[in-house]
Amino acid sequence: MRTIFFILQKEFLQIFRNKSMLPIIFVVPVVQLLVLAFATNYEIRNLSIDIVDHDGGNWSQQLKGKLLSSGYFTLNRQTTDKAAFDDLEANTADLILTIPRHFERDLVRGNEAKVQLLVNAINGSKAGLAAGYAQSILGDFNRRIRMEWLALDEDDAPSHFDTSFRYWFNPGLNYKFFMVPGILVVLVTLIGAFLSGMNIVKEKEMGTIEQLNVTPIRKFHFIIGKLLPFWIIALFELAFGLMVGKLVFNLPFAGSLGWIFLFAAVYLLVMLGLGLLISTFTETQQQAMFITWFFLIICILMSGLFTPIESMPGWAQHITQFNPVAYFVKVIRMVMLKGSGWVDIRQYLFIMIAFAAVLNAVAVWNYRKTA
Amino acid sequence: MTQSAITTTALTKRFGNFIATNAITFDVAQGEIFGFLGANGAGKTTAMRMLCGLLRPSSGEARVAGFDIYTQTEKIKQRIGYMSQKFSLYEDLTVKENIRFYGGIYGLSNRQIRDKTADLLQRLSLEQEGNMLVKALPLGWKQKLAFSIAVIHDPSIVFLDEPTGGVDPITRRQFWDLIYESAAKGVTIFVTTHYMDEAEYCNRISIMVDGKIKALDTPAALKKQYGADTMNEVFLQLARAKS
Repeated sequence: MRTIFFILQKEFLQIFRNKSMLPIIFVVPVVQLLVLAFATNYEIRNLSIDIVDHDGGNWSQQLKGKLLSSGYFTLNRQTTDKAAFDDLEANTADLILTIPRHFERDLVRGNEAKVQLLVNAINGSKAGLAAGYAQSILGDFNRRIRMEWLALDEDDAPSHFDTSFRYWFNPGLNYKFFMVPGILVVLVTLIGAFLSGMNIVKEKEMGTIEQLNVTPIRKFHFIIGKLLPFWIIALFELAFGLMVGKLVFNLPFAGSLGWIFLFAAVYLLVMLGLGLLISTFTETQQQAMFITWFFLIICILMSGLFTPIESMPGWAQHITQFNPVAYFVKVIRMVMLKGSGWVDIRQYLFIMIAFAAVLNAVAVWNYRKTA
Repeated sequence: MTQSAITTTALTKRFGNFIATNAITFDVAQGEIFGFLGANGAGKTTAMRMLCGLLRPSSGEARVAGFDIYTQTEKIKQRIGYMSQKFSLYEDLTVKENIRFYGGIYGLSNRQIRDKTADLLQRLSLEQEGNMLVKALPLGWKQKLAFSIAVIHDPSIVFLDEPTGGVDPITRRQFWDLIYESAAKGVTIFVTTHYMDEAEYCNRISIMVDGKIKALDTPAALKKQYGADTMNEVFLQLARAKS
């Protein structure tokens, strides 16, 4: 035990003496949370629209007014077909609404009136959202005309459904509530996997590991002494990040923080095990960094943080079952937004324990073999 | 001679087809300064790493401080000190922190660590530099500090792997004073070097060529045997004969 104490003391001295370490611990999370949480917003506003109005009547004015007052669209310019098309090509317009000649006349006569919507689909998800917004606004407009302007009686009106939405667990559809917990997972992951692995490899690079290998330090002491500091720092980081989330974004804490920390504590064992494993077959910090990055970028992109796992192809969904990051992203959102407790998260916790056991066993086994 | 500090019998290490250390057999007495010479790649470091328990031999027997190098490496590690050619202190720790760390992992008590630290700093005249980061020290001082830390737990044998590489002659001389001091206390010194003047300081030396020990005796006897005036000539005769 005393040996571990001396190793820990040395590690903390070295970690905090490293000038880049304090900024990594305190500045990086704040910057990441502030920048990423505001930047990764799935709600799209200010889509720029070109309107080509061949009709120019009262009703086309009303339609335009409704579209532009929705808050989702800003008028780029009202122009001709050709110019609008150029705007689309030049990326200055995201979509074009074309109102045909005789729009009002067709409308008044009760004939079918058509408008055309052209959407720039270079960014697929943006195009989908733009089309969706525009359609729902047009649909609404359409219904109102039929109801009011055509002066139909309530009874005569064509029956239609009015769907009312209510978003549970995140009523305001606040994307920050959704993103911030996920970003915290990434932060904790980086510290767990990156810093721990690089720290061990650094001893190899400096040659000090040789010196340690001739001392009576046991491998097991060495590993604990090396990993424990990052376990502590990462949990601290999580607490710090949650605090920033609370203060800046007024993050909801529907569930108990205890579950989050319990899960994080086990999750970190997985990440530290990954760092340790990578450190056993790399010789320099650079190698360790590249290999860790290779694994992490896959794990993070496939974690459901940015794109929902449910919309991935089937084979990719199967892969995510082996992705520890995906579990933590899921659990932290469940606990924070939905208030999930032990019964809901325990199966994920068990999976995480299994991951931690397997990964660390392989890492320690490999470590013994090489050193 | 008292009990042997190191005995080896036909100690061999193979890496694939390459035989790095080929059936070397020798004895080192307790308290002896034993010079382990050889050209680069002759197998010195491999032999030393086996004796320190860092590398498992392919065949042969060896005992270090009375312990078997196959089965009792942990006991051996408790009894030996080691200083490698690659500088092995933590550059981002201070002098005192390095002493404390190595003292701690060798199981010294806090009181022992305190006494050793004061004693060591005083002997190396580093009292002023105790709180300086090791990276700020000149190389020669670092090497002396590394040696002092390698013997902080009073080992019975110290292995020194080219300890004075890149150090000026005056510091080398001071370094050897430290070695003599330790040897006078009964510590066995097992040292590799490329400096032939240092070879003359040893009680006995062995010269390795291509994984085998080609000569083993006192410097004076070797010079006589090879009809040479200096160890340099002895070394060149042996190393050249092979190449």
